[in-house]
Amino acid sequence: MTAPTASTIAPEKTEVEAPAKDWKGQSVPRKEDRRLVQGQGVFVDDIKRYGMGYIHFVRSPYAHAHITSIDVSEAEKMPGVYGTLTGEEVAALTEPFFQISSEPGSHVQDYALAVGKVRYVGEAIVAVVAETRERARDASELVEIEYEPIGAIVDARTAQVEGAPVIHDEAGGNLMWEGVYDWGDVDQAFAEADKIVKIDELHFHRFNSTPLETQGALVEYNRGVGQWTVHCNNQFPGFAAIMMGPAMGVGLDKLRFVTQDIGGGFGNKITSHPQLVVCCLLARKLGRAVQWTEWRTDFHMSMSHGNERWFLNTEVAVKNDGTLLGFRTKALDDAGAWLRYEPLGGVIWTQVTPGMYRWKHIRVDYQQVATNKAPCSPNRGYSRMQHLWFTERIIDIVAHELGLDPVEIRKKNYIKADEMPYETPNGCIYDSGDYAEQLDIGLDLANYGSIEARRKDAESRGKLLGVGIGSTLDSGTNNFAQSQLINNELQFSGNNEVATVKLDLFGEIVVTLGTTPQGQGHETTASQVVADILKCSVDDVTVRSGHDTYWNSHAGFSGTYASQFAVSGLTAVKGATELLAAEIKKLAGAVFGGVPPEALELADGSVRIKDNPEAALPFMACGAIINANNAGLPDDLNVTLNCRYVYRPPFEVPDLERKFGNLTLTYSTQLHIAIVEIDPETGYYDIVDYVAVDDCGKRINPQIVEGQVMGATAQAIGAVMHEQFTYDEDGNLLTPNFYDYHVPHALDMPPLKTGSMESPSPFTELGTKGMGEGGGAGLHAICAAIQDALRGHGDAIVWDSSNPYHRVWEMLNDPAEAGGKVSVIDA
Amino acid sequence: MDASAPAVSTSRSITVTINGTTYEREVEARKLLIHFIRDDLDLTGSHIGCDTGNCGACSVIVDGELVKSCMMLAVQADGASIETVEGLADGDELNKLQAAFKSKHALQCGYCTPGMLMSSTALLRKNPKPTEDEIRKGLQGNICRCTGYWNIFEAVKEASGQ
Repeated sequence: MTAPTASTIAPEKTEVEAPAKDWKGQSVPRKEDRRLVQGQGVFVDDIKRYGMGYIHFVRSPYAHAHITSIDVSEAEKMPGVYGTLTGEEVAALTEPFFQISSEPGSHVQDYALAVGKVRYVGEAIVAVVAETRERARDASELVEIEYEPIGAIVDARTAQVEGAPVIHDEAGGNLMWEGVYDWGDVDQAFAEADKIVKIDELHFHRFNSTPLETQGALVEYNRGVGQWTVHCNNQFPGFAAIMMGPAMGVGLDKLRFVTQDIGGGFGNKITSHPQLVVCCLLARKLGRAVQWTEWRTDFHMSMSHGNERWFLNTEVAVKNDGTLLGFRTKALDDAGAWLRYEPLGGVIWTQVTPGMYRWKHIRVDYQQVATNKAPCSPNRGYSRMQHLWFTERIIDIVAHELGLDPVEIRKKNYIKADEMPYETPNGCIYDSGDYAEQLDIGLDLANYGSIEARRKDAESRGKLLGVGIGSTLDSGTNNFAQSQLINNELQFSGNNEVATVKLDLFGEIVVTLGTTPQGQGHETTASQVVADILKCSVDDVTVRSGHDTYWNSHAGFSGTYASQFAVSGLTAVKGATELLAAEIKKLAGAVFGGVPPEALELADGSVRIKDNPEAALPFMACGAIINANNAGLPDDLNVTLNCRYVYRPPFEVPDLERKFGNLTLTYSTQLHIAIVEIDPETGYYDIVDYVAVDDCGKRINPQIVEGQVMGATAQAIGAVMHEQFTYDEDGNLLTPNFYDYHVPHALDMPPLKTGSMESPSPFTELGTKGMGEGGGAGLHAICAAIQDALRGHGDAIVWDSSNPYHRVWEMLNDPAEAGGKVSVIDA
Repeated sequence: MDASAPAVSTSRSITVTINGTTYEREVEARKLLIHFIRDDLDLTGSHIGCDTGNCGACSVIVDGELVKSCMMLAVQADGASIETVEGLADGDELNKLQAAFKSKHALQCGYCTPGMLMSSTALLRKNPKPTEDEIRKGLQGNICRCTGYWNIFEAVKEASGQ
């Protein structure tokens, strides 16, 4: 037998030129792209198994109804049908999902299929499995279900009125969770105020990021060992596992989650655990692999709508010079029919309580209610986006009402660079940043000095020009102890992420992550971190694609969500690689006959003696020695060249009484400026210029960061101008597909200028900050720009985050009625 | 129904050539071309992002014309020559468009990318030096939720030598 040589196991040909210094900070082309541009990615619907059955869900046509009977017999008789699963079977085979909420939401009984009652249009009631997708769909038509409809609640503001239908009887009403957040001395702030600005209602509308790949799974059951392999596109398998394991009565190691390529997630793919339970039960019941791919309409009707939030009776305490002292409001969240990740939205926003501003006195009376709409779950910018839109809206409404300049009021009230790290009124620590400088960069890019001339030019063409600023925070790397502010019995706190790095037999450097990337380029950025430490090329580093629970490179919070990879994931990679580097030196020291590690260095894919570079051991030799040629090594040489590291950020449990403590490790910042031109005849508007300046600390790969900034911006533009999950009064979703739910197309995109600055985080080993969810800035910038354009043309106040053309037309034509209700009183 | 009446066949045999390989298969008359390509032939590079012909993830080129393959039945493709994303590269060598998508970071999750590449291919064949406006029009049938399109415009420009 001929021994393999290095050339037979060489990685894909070197594509990237080595940088002069570090790989970090370079826009290294992505490793993922080679397969993706050739159609060689493996997405969940690409996976096939012999004899697999296709699942189709029978869904509710009613928003709220008792189920009086279900008959699956005709469906099961259809040739090609393998079987069915009903809610009754689910209730017999599983426990209800664990509820995050304290009372009264804790009493909600949530199963994988509807049991006895349906609570929104599109809720899954029966699953049918057949030999083809088409046959499963045909057979589902033969499932007979009888209903007794009940009145539906589609407006959160009516959920608690006397006589309202109760969605969850077990909870005793439609209130799911409430909490009072009261920091500083709000009464004193209002006593010191010169003016009080009152805003009747603000509304953050319902939409989500609609990843182009819907959800899906292929599930196999290994009867001999009682274990399921769940090929899926869930983006937070750790969370799915803690929901599914207890419900199914099985240990978490019986649930193996596998992902490779995921076609976008944006938070919307966190809460697929009910469907995954259905798949698991069916795979076991039918003794065959089952496959489920969600139809686009099913996704829109049933999955992960972003939190819809009302801000009622807001009052803002202001000095005449525009100094903001504090605010109070009643926040009302519309959770939809189930608490699948909620009511965490009720606390996540407190990561960014004061926004970017120095106000000290804040009171929010927060309530979350159930409605007969699809369940809310995380969506890019989860819960912070809603709150930051609110704080930014306040700034511009105050500026509008008091005749202040939107730039000046921001600069007056922004937290200052020399105040960093800055403790917010609720104990969060903003790590770094210079908001005023970031705004100046944006204003320069927008050529802000020419705005008045541009406004006149637009007027000469019959158009109304407006400019708006949105400045927001993207808080990343959660302290999960914040869940205890929702329910002090929960046993979650801190955070963690895992990576392993090994040197294999032939010298291959192989990295596994705990994360579940959906386009963020983790294979690339992880290899940049590894290459800098091992002094090799990124092409020498193989980062396994996707996630597999059986790689043993995950922990409880592993996944890709909440802007954390650049901190949690890459710090884990760094830790594991440093362990490996130390082991390589230890091994080489022994091989060289007792050379101490400090006398050794890594260079050019080998370990060598600093003073005698000729004495070098290639990585291939290191891998071969430890894995296959280890006779004669010292007994006490504790080296595996297979290193696992768990990163655990430094967090404490907050003071639960005061709701005070640090909830996230890093704060990226976004500064967006939108310039719009409105046609007053029709309300039609164009974004004629757009600027996005991002600061996420040290950037590992600037091109990838810019890509995230662009994508988040596009989603914000879509959200403000077009996208909304709209329900009629009976609870029918009117936007269940891409015809009615218009996402931005190539022709919709405005010209975009991007800028950046780097304020390294003092709290992270690489100076990085999580990023990717900064689209909220765009929502605000566009709302502010519309309001600016309407100045002197009815002066309507933009009070809703959704501003399609017809709403702008209404605000132009009936500003008093269509605009927000705002008043100013002298304190 | 009269059991003695001849059964009406709901499937038929078709022959299609995809990326130069000819396939003969029995298909159900109602099967969509995209499901035939993905499920029957296991060419999973072309994707499905909607039920309504809006997203373009399933775009392929049928007899030289850009087609959303969820809007066409497999039986309608009988005798056709089809190009999919799997046929773009020359072995391991990415073509200009693929290379430009990579260098310009014109993809993130990569799910829309095969459709984008096929639409861009069709565009550049008809219009080798498109203006940005023409690129936008050429790609308006393809939805991307990750990139905001800007880098895709840049990639098509680069591939066209502009």
